[in-house]
Amino acid sequence: MSGVESAGGARRAPGWRAWALLAPLLAWLLLFIVIPTGILFVYSFCERDELGRVVYTFTGESYARVFDPIYLRIFGWSVGYAALTTAICIVVGFPVAYQIGRARDPWRHRLLLLMMVPFWTSFLIRTYAWITILKQEGLLNAVWQALVPGHGPLDLLYTPTAVMIGLVYAYLPFMILPIYGSVEKLDPALIEAAHDLGAGQLRVFSAVIIPLTLPGIAAGTLLVFVPSIAMFAITDLMGGARVPLIGNVIQNQFMQARDWPFGAALGMVFMALFAVVYWVLGRWREREEAAG
Amino acid sequence: MSARVELREVTKRFGAVEAVAGVSLEIAAGEFLTLLGPSGCGKTTLLRLLAGFEAPTSGTIWLGGQDVTPLPPYRRPVNQVFQSYALFPHLTVGENVAFGLRMQRVPAAEVKERVRQALELVSLTGLDARPPDQLSGGQKQRVALARAVVCRPQVLLLDEPLSAIDAKLRHAMQLELKRLQRQIGITFVFVTHDQEEALTMSDRIALVNRGRIEQVGSPPEIYNRPATAFAADFIGQANLLPARLVAGEAGGARVRLEGGLELRLPAGAWPEGVAEALVSIRPEKVHVAKSKSRARSKFPEDQTNTFEARIEEEVFKGATDHLRLATTAGTRLAAVVANESALGEVFHEGDRVFCGLHADDLVVLRLG
Repeated sequence: MSGVESAGGARRAPGWRAWALLAPLLAWLLLFIVIPTGILFVYSFCERDELGRVVYTFTGESYARVFDPIYLRIFGWSVGYAALTTAICIVVGFPVAYQIGRARDPWRHRLLLLMMVPFWTSFLIRTYAWITILKQEGLLNAVWQALVPGHGPLDLLYTPTAVMIGLVYAYLPFMILPIYGSVEKLDPALIEAAHDLGAGQLRVFSAVIIPLTLPGIAAGTLLVFVPSIAMFAITDLMGGARVPLIGNVIQNQFMQARDWPFGAALGMVFMALFAVVYWVLGRWREREEAAG
Repeated sequence: MSARVELREVTKRFGAVEAVAGVSLEIAAGEFLTLLGPSGCGKTTLLRLLAGFEAPTSGTIWLGGQDVTPLPPYRRPVNQVFQSYALFPHLTVGENVAFGLRMQRVPAAEVKERVRQALELVSLTGLDARPPDQLSGGQKQRVALARAVVCRPQVLLLDEPLSAIDAKLRHAMQLELKRLQRQIGITFVFVTHDQEEALTMSDRIALVNRGRIEQVGSPPEIYNRPATAFAADFIGQANLLPARLVAGEAGGARVRLEGGLELRLPAGAWPEGVAEALVSIRPEKVHVAKSKSRARSKFPEDQTNTFEARIEEEVFKGATDHLRLATTAGTRLAAVVANESALGEVFHEGDRVFCGLHADDLVVLRLG
C-alpha cells in the first residue's frame, strides 16, 4: 500500500516509504543535534590546558563548578527574565491575537501579514535598530528631550529595561501565533451563549475565553519561555555586559574564556533541566486528558 | 413567569443591507410563535435582536411591559437555544446546565437541585458528568435546552434547534418541544425555515420575507388563507394562476384563469377595482373523480366549480397520488388525491377525469 493511499486511513507503523520521506529530517537531527550533543557530553567530563584546548581525561570538576552559588544565581536571574518576558508577552500578545482571530476575513489576513513583516529583516539588524532607538542620542531620547526641555537624556540602553524590551520584541510573535490559532477555532456562538446565560464581559473572559484558548497560551509560553531563557544575543547587545544571563555565561565559556568543558557542563545541566520540565508538563497534560 | 414580547417598528441595517425592515409584532405571554422564512429573510436577525446580540437601527423591543432595547444580552430575562447548541466543550453536561445559575450567583445547593430537575425534564438524568463531545446530536440538543430553561427565562428563543438532527428524531423532538412548552408555560420564539416544522409546533406563525413580516396567523389560517403569493407558495404547495375578471355577478365574480379555465368565486372574494389578480389553489383541494356526478357530489352544486381535465402525469407517493392536470379549456393544474382505500378509483396518465373545486377554496391574491 502506498503512503498516499493511507493518508486518510488508520494510523500505523511507518513503512520504508515513510522512513525515506523522514530521512532528511533524521539526518539533520543526527548531524546537528545528536552528534554535537554527544560531543558536548564528552567534553563536559574533560579538562582544558592553559591554551584552552580540550584534554581528554575523566573528571566531574566542571559539574561541581556548575552548582557554584554564582552560577545558580545567574540561572535564577535567567529564569526570572524569561518568566517576565513570557508574562509580558501573554498580557500584550493575547489582546492582539484575540483581535486578529476575531477580525473579518480580508482583515485577518492583512493583520497576520503585518505581524510577519519584521521577519523579512534579519533579527540582528532589528536588534541594532532598537539600539539606535534606545541609545542616549537615539530617537526616543530626541523625542523625550523635545517634549520635556531641560531634562537630561534617559539612560535606557544597557539596562535591564532594554533587555526586557528586546526579549519581548523578539518573542512576541511566537506568543501571538499560537494564541491566534486557538482564538480562530473558538466558536463565537460560545461567547454569545455565555452572554445569553448572564455572564458579563469579565465573566465571559474568565469562564469561557481563557479556558478555551489555554492550549494556545500554553504553546506560546513554551515557544517564548524556552528560547528566551537561553538568549544571549539580545542580552549582549542591549544589556551590555551588565545583565549576565545563563546564555551569555555559556557563550562566554566557549568564545572568551575558552573553557569548553565548563561551558559543555553548563549546557548539559541546562538541557537536563528542560528535559525534566518537559517530562513533568507532559505527564501533567496526559493526566488532564485522561481526567477530561 | 412568561412575558409578552413586543417589537415596535424595528429596523436593522448592516451597512447598506436592510435585514429587518420596520417589523412590528406582538407575541402573547406563553405563546409558541414561529418565525418562518427562507434563509436570509431576516428571521435570525429578529431573534438576535430579541436576545440582545444585535441592537436595532431604529425601533424598540419590549418584554413584559419593559423597554429592553438598551439592555445587553446578560441583563435580559431571555435565554436562547443555539443552532450549533454552543455547549461549552471544557465543561461537563452538569456544569453546562449550571452555567447560567452560577452567573446569577444562585446558592450551590439550589444549583444542584435545579440542574437535576432540568436534566430530568429533558430525560438526561445521570449524564451530568459527561463531556459534551461524548453526546449524540439529540442529546446535545437536550442539554442546550436544559441549559436555557434552567434559568427560568421569561422568553425562550430557539434558533433552528432541530435542523442538525436526523429526520426521524426531529419529528419526535418537535412534539416533545411542544409538550415541554405547554408544561413549563414559557413564551417560545422559534426560528425555522422548515414550513412543516412551523405548522406542527406553533400557536402562531409569523411568515418573514425580505426583512418584513408577510403574514401572522395560526397554522390553519396561514395555510388556508395565505395573504400573499409568497405565503401561498412558501407554505405547502399551491397552483398560483394569473386570473382576469370576466363578469361580476351577484353571487360572486367569474374569472378566467391563465389557459382559459373559467371559475366562479364567492361573493366579495375578488378585490374591488382590479381587473387582474392571482388565484391560489391548493392541489389537495381539487376533488378529482372518474365521473361527473362523483366530482360534484362532494360539495353543494351551487358553490362548486366543475370542469373536465386530462391527466398528463401521475406520480404515486403512497399516501397520496400526485396528478398533473390539463383542463379542456387548457389550464394546467396540480392536484393531490388521497389514497383513501385500495377499493377507490385508480388514476393513470391519459385518463379523462372530472374535477370539483369549492368556491371557498379559491384564494385571490393581489398582484405585486
